[in-house]
Amino acid sequence: MPTDVENWKSEVYGNEIRDHLFEFAEAGFDSIPDDERDAWFERFKWWGLYHQRNGQEGYFMMRIGTPNGVLEPGQLRVVGEIADEYARGPGTNPIFGDAYADFTTRQSIQLHWIELSDVPAIFEKLEENGLSTQQACGDSWRNIVGNPVAGKDGQEVIDAWPVIRELNETFTGNDDHANLPRKWKVSVTGSADGSGQGDINDLAFEPAYKEIDDDGDEAGDSVGFNVRVGGGLARNEPRFARDIDVWVPPERVPDVAGGLSALFRDNGDREDRYNARIKFLVDEWGPERVRETLQAEYVDFELETAGRDVREEYTYNAGEGERNDLVGVHDQKDGANFVGLNVLVGRMGAADVLDLADLAEAYGSGEVRLSQRQNVIVTDVPDDALGEFLDEPMLEHYSPSPSPFMRGSVACTGTEFCSLSIVETKNRQVRFARWLKANAELPEDVEEFHVHLSGCTASCAQPQIADVSLRGMKTRKDGEPVEALDVGLGGGLGEDPGFARWVTQRVPVDEVPGAIANLLENFADEREAGESFRAFVARHDDEELDALVEPEETDYEDPMMHNTKRTWYPYAEDDALEDAPPTPADD
Amino acid sequence: MTTRLRVLDDGAWISVDDHREVRVSELWRLDAPGFCGCDLADLVVETFQAVGVDGSRVEVRVYGRCIECGETGITGWIPVGRVRAGEFVEFDRSHIRRERRE
Repeated sequence: MPTDVENWKSEVYGNEIRDHLFEFAEAGFDSIPDDERDAWFERFKWWGLYHQRNGQEGYFMMRIGTPNGVLEPGQLRVVGEIADEYARGPGTNPIFGDAYADFTTRQSIQLHWIELSDVPAIFEKLEENGLSTQQACGDSWRNIVGNPVAGKDGQEVIDAWPVIRELNETFTGNDDHANLPRKWKVSVTGSADGSGQGDINDLAFEPAYKEIDDDGDEAGDSVGFNVRVGGGLARNEPRFARDIDVWVPPERVPDVAGGLSALFRDNGDREDRYNARIKFLVDEWGPERVRETLQAEYVDFELETAGRDVREEYTYNAGEGERNDLVGVHDQKDGANFVGLNVLVGRMGAADVLDLADLAEAYGSGEVRLSQRQNVIVTDVPDDALGEFLDEPMLEHYSPSPSPFMRGSVACTGTEFCSLSIVETKNRQVRFARWLKANAELPEDVEEFHVHLSGCTASCAQPQIADVSLRGMKTRKDGEPVEALDVGLGGGLGEDPGFARWVTQRVPVDEVPGAIANLLENFADEREAGESFRAFVARHDDEELDALVEPEETDYEDPMMHNTKRTWYPYAEDDALEDAPPTPADD
Repeated sequence: MTTRLRVLDDGAWISVDDHREVRVSELWRLDAPGFCGCDLADLVVETFQAVGVDGSRVEVRVYGRCIECGETGITGWIPVGRVRAGEFVEFDRSHIRRERRE
């Protein structure tokens, strides 16, 4: 039997939701009929609006999809202005203040405390400036990710940016692909560093060479993409995308991507949303049947077999090697530079967003790009402006050469706004990183160390691919329930990706920084010369690793040990649910 | 009168008549001998799997973990509240919850 969500989608979904959304915005939040709220909140997701959690009724998270994380000149300023004007609610975050933007692990932007009545004005401003929230959430093509510096990266095999733009234009607002069984996450990467993180997406295009014998001429290597299907991290069911033995030239990518999206549309499970992602279909069918079905029913040309990939060169989020992220100064192929700046847990105050937009215009082309490690990249900085740019005071905070503990921190939204999360995350990861910077040490030759904190098994912070993976849990301490974290170790991407192993369970949150510091001390003492943390983890079993973690109370104090979900907003002075503010007035 | 019961937002909520009533991230003391070996499971509610009714009682099936023993899994049907005169009243969360015996 189809789910309620499927029934709602079959009645109204996709582009047509917009007219209803605007009618409700005009008539006021209370005009949404009481018995239709679940349905409309589900549909609004397709237009990037997610109703915030209990206690925050009438406020929305708004996600702006920026394909490949590319913000063209002027667009970052628009985001900053919208955040400043509209992303203000009744709660003040003690670290980030009143208006901020979140850069996400899928190269999008999230704003909070958005009121329904403001949506038409926000959409107008976004769309006047080439930005959109369309399909940022919901059961359709999501924001397409990739190497954010596509087209500029000195290490590039093939420029994926035109391919991504074409996919975005083809499959945004496309009625044939608007209503899929579940979300559809696509990655297209043209660089040899693996920074598109294709392995954890539903559909991945990765750079590959193929010898194509055109018209009987002498064969030569063509550059295109190998195709993998069925990756994803959520719900305790992590999968890496499976190789379906297909190579595709750039001009055929929309055909193959559309074919696979249609295959998913027609064959995905619409009766059980927990079994709906294509990773489960690939489990059931196997990659061979996916390929055969694609060939037989969804494309009208002969598919090539997989080409020669460059996976052995992958370093992004790999736990070792050069360029684990895109922070720092890097060469563009046109001779200019791109400068990756660390944004701790991806959150930036609106005033800082506007200041960064100024800097990007003053020193670069005005363009800014977002990475999957929640950081920003200022592109097109010429050599003769680089020194002055790096001396800007703003870069002391958003640093191109941060502490490894700042640089390696990724965190999801958490109980501040999210319904599903079990624990507080962003502010906590800021506190963790600051404490670790002051109190923990890495061996001198280890320059990067990734700690990802996710509030639940949805894995929005991609915890399974970090050196240290933290996932929201509960435990009792002195008999009282407290927020806790499971600790996983040794995950990463690269040529041979691997998920973290969950070795230590339910560590009270105030003992986690001590646990990481002790772990690092044990790592420094017991590692082999030059050994990476990931390699060190790989040669120990779970029991040995558990013994190395050693949770411990330290001078780190955690102010959010209680059940932050039982508050209307964890940082409010009167935080009880019964003190929640009323639904915002329509003005 | 019909009562609308739904699991929403990837299992984050039980919605009763379009109101978000029961949420994840709670700890429940649970009498469910089939779930784990503890006399009483101390269950972290991670996601709701299903919602149903038994008479006027609203019941759920939950994916979660017992923090006493570490066992994870999906529970049987657990009553969480009652609908009276069209209004949902959640059972006291501090009380022991009992899985319905078949």
